[in-house]
Amino acid sequence: MAKNDLQGALDLLILKTLSQLDSMHGYGIVLHIRRVSDERIIVEEGSLYPALHRMEQNGWVRATWAVTDYGRKAKWYALTKGGKDQLASREKNWEQVVKGVDAILRFA
Amino acid sequence: MSLLGRIVMLGRRSRMEREIEAELQEHMQMCIDDNMEEGMSREQAVREARLRFGSPTATRERVWAEDAALGLESLGRDVRTALRGFVKSPGFALVVVATLALGIGANTAIFELLDAVRMRTLPVRNPGELAEVKIAGGNGGFGINNGLLGNFTVPMWQEVKDHHEPFAGIFAFRTDDMLMGKPSDPRHVYGLEVSGNFFNVLGVAPWQGRLIGPQDEAGCGLTKVVASYGFWKSEMGGTPITSNSTLMVDGKTVQVLGVTPPSFFGLVVGDRYDLAYPTCTPPNPRREVFAFTVMGRLKPEWSLQKTTAYFNAMSPGLFESTAPEGYSPDSIKTFKAFRLAAYPAGAGVSYLRDQYNSSLELLLGITGLVLLIACANLANLMLARASVRQREMAIRMALGASRGRLLRQILLESALLAAIGATLGVALAQPLSRALVTALNTSQNSIHLTIAPDWRVLLFAAAVSIATCVLCGTFPAMRNANAEPIASMKSGERGVVGNRERFTVQRAMVIAQVAVSMVLLVGALLFVRSYRNLMAFNAGIRESGMSFGYFGFPMAKIKPENLAAYKRQLVDDVRTLPGIENAAATTNVPLSGGSWSHHVDVGALDGSSKFTYVSPSYFATMDIPLLTGRGFTEHDTSGAPLVLIVNHIFIRKYIRTPSPIGQHVHVRPEPQYPDRTYEIIGTIPDSKYNDIRDETPPMAFVPIDQFPVEAQGPGMAIMFAARDRAAAVETVRHMFEEKHPGTIMQFHDFEQGIRDNLVGDRMLAMLSGFFGVLAALLVVVGLYGVLSYFLAQRRSEIGIRIALGASRGRVIGTLLRDAAVMLLIGLGAGTALALLAGREASSMLFGLKPSDPMTLAASALLLGIVTLLTSLVPALKAAHVNPINSLRVE
Repeated sequence: MAKNDLQGALDLLILKTLSQLDSMHGYGIVLHIRRVSDERIIVEEGSLYPALHRMEQNGWVRATWAVTDYGRKAKWYALTKGGKDQLASREKNWEQVVKGVDAILRFA
Repeated sequence: MSLLGRIVMLGRRSRMEREIEAELQEHMQMCIDDNMEEGMSREQAVREARLRFGSPTATRERVWAEDAALGLESLGRDVRTALRGFVKSPGFALVVVATLALGIGANTAIFELLDAVRMRTLPVRNPGELAEVKIAGGNGGFGINNGLLGNFTVPMWQEVKDHHEPFAGIFAFRTDDMLMGKPSDPRHVYGLEVSGNFFNVLGVAPWQGRLIGPQDEAGCGLTKVVASYGFWKSEMGGTPITSNSTLMVDGKTVQVLGVTPPSFFGLVVGDRYDLAYPTCTPPNPRREVFAFTVMGRLKPEWSLQKTTAYFNAMSPGLFESTAPEGYSPDSIKTFKAFRLAAYPAGAGVSYLRDQYNSSLELLLGITGLVLLIACANLANLMLARASVRQREMAIRMALGASRGRLLRQILLESALLAAIGATLGVALAQPLSRALVTALNTSQNSIHLTIAPDWRVLLFAAAVSIATCVLCGTFPAMRNANAEPIASMKSGERGVVGNRERFTVQRAMVIAQVAVSMVLLVGALLFVRSYRNLMAFNAGIRESGMSFGYFGFPMAKIKPENLAAYKRQLVDDVRTLPGIENAAATTNVPLSGGSWSHHVDVGALDGSSKFTYVSPSYFATMDIPLLTGRGFTEHDTSGAPLVLIVNHIFIRKYIRTPSPIGQHVHVRPEPQYPDRTYEIIGTIPDSKYNDIRDETPPMAFVPIDQFPVEAQGPGMAIMFAARDRAAAVETVRHMFEEKHPGTIMQFHDFEQGIRDNLVGDRMLAMLSGFFGVLAALLVVVGLYGVLSYFLAQRRSEIGIRIALGASRGRVIGTLLRDAAVMLLIGLGAGTALALLAGREASSMLFGLKPSDPMTLAASALLLGIVTLLTSLVPALKAAHVNPINSLRVE
């Protein structure tokens, strides 16, 4: 059974993005999600940053200040060991959620 | 972010906010950059980015909330709120912090002294491994004893020196007075006679040069010494030690081998040493002189118990082979029954422990009680403050603050106050305990203690302040957290009807304060009166204008058979000097701590008596009247019949015939003191022997010419009385320098010496007096506060009563009755407590009992008057309540 609620989706997206990009700043994460999802999913800043900071508090990501390719200083986030574990379990969870939602939609 | 990180971030909210701000700002900028790259104008780009981003403030707050989720930041906010509150009412904060600082400071100072005297370990390598060997239960005054430190005779030491299986190393030492500089005006230095292994076993490394080693034990005669760091700095100017470093000690030139490190003061806590010198084994050591302390470093596998068993097993053989000669068979049997045992020695040895331990513990108790009173006061103060803030609390609660949150806020306030108070208290404790040590120092006897806060002191201070915090904070906190918002908001700050229960707590606290301060006042009065008794006590001998000198003469010039005549000559020389009223020689200066006893048989009775050998002028010099019989004369020489003058106690204890005169007293033999029988020729009243506080023992006096020749030494003590003490000392010194050059002289002020012996009592009297007064003051403040608070609470009620026709007298009466009831209950409880506590202190009192009714009555009266006067002020205020005014505010 999928215990996780749908809101966990945002965490999952961020964690997955960071695992694909190694290390990225908030703006980059927004861009990445938008581009990879073909503009289908747009993460709002108002949700992204609280989520990033919460993950930092939980020890899933660690943040460092560094300079971007365009010469701007930004806070770069990267997965920690705990974050990778978290991602693995979230991914499994997500499959369950998708199956569950799918089943509900197909119910006639 | 780690927990530590969060804590570090505490109080750095602005920094965190700036960081979040920067992060979001950069995000916006990147967004704008991208927009412009896509071809938008700058304004368009900014506008688009803003639209997409939404409210920056809201986002920032949400991010911030995530970072602060743990609640530590809100703790920081509570701290700030509390501090702001203190700044707003500085009077309150100041009183609380000052009271706490004083209370905690006094407690910590006393504890620090206790710590330094009793608990601190020696500054040597692994002090925990050190153990002392001594006779279990002491030697019961056998032979000649060098006080606390005299546990071993030289032959005994020789035995254990070679047989000490449990110890990796063993050493012996004793303290000794040494004289430095010119013989006619020498200075005392503290000597330390040590066996060759002393420094090796302790693991003390030389600071300069080398220390004493086993090879230095060969050959008696003082030739080489090791200096303490302090001595080296002050007396030798801290110049490097070379083969030319010499000193003039005990009339000889000695080589200084080296210097010990600054931290090493010897092994006697409270003493210091100046010069250490190697011991030696004289060919014929005295077998009855207990002079040495023996310690060793235990091997890891040897416990104290096992070690004690080891020494217990070797004791019979040891005491058999070291038994002294010349004693009666009974005494020898006692000696052979001694058993050695091992004791922990990591904290060294100390005279101070016996002397001041109970006083210090008592003082710790007193300061603890003062702190308790202070706590009760503070709790009341906080309670009063809390009820003023009840409306604020009620509003906060109504707005959704949890009770837990409010509780935390109040507890935090008291914790903060306690922490600030404790910090100041610890700081205050340092000068306080140093001042105490200085107060205990006398011209004759200085105390050297390392006073520094160690972990025990800090732990103690922390424990005290936590206890304080809980005591002062809990009540008000509970009270407020239980408040019903509706009720408090309705009645506001001017309740018509006081909450009955609240008054009960405050009343109980005032009662407890009165009771505790009654105990302290009784204690203060007892100790002050005890000290006055001691000061005013007539010891039965002349004290004023009395001096004594120790004179050591070069023996080479005097033949043993002429020694008695020479000594008589010296006394006569002093007696005939201008300005000297009288002078006498004695083998024991009274009230200066020395003691000499013999075992006597009088008829069928036997027991111990003090013996003093004095010149004929002694009784006249000391103002001791002869009751019956005759005094000593010049004719009571060594060839004449042996005669004795005894005191009253002696007669009461040993004489069963109607008249003591003519009775025979047999003295049992001791080394150098042959078997003798004396005839009593005179009696004197009881006078104190070596301590004013002690009961007078049986005392016997013998003419100094009949002092056994074998026991004669190259020195003597002369007591002399003069109107002008200082001038007399100079006259005597001058006479000796002229007529008897080369004599070593030391002069002492007899009266001052007696006062110095009472320095501990003086300290106890002063401090308990101070704390007693402080306690009474605190009670006054507390009572006044509580009564004023009652009055404020009942203002409207009183207004209504007056409006309804109650006379002002009745109003005053009501309030005073209130105070009187609390006072009476408090005094009753206090008296009971004082009687209970007094039993512990009875041994420290002189000339009065702890249940002394006068003292109890005086304390009760004093406290009663003070508190009633205090309560009169709010009562009078109450009587002048204007009903119109007090009702109008409703």
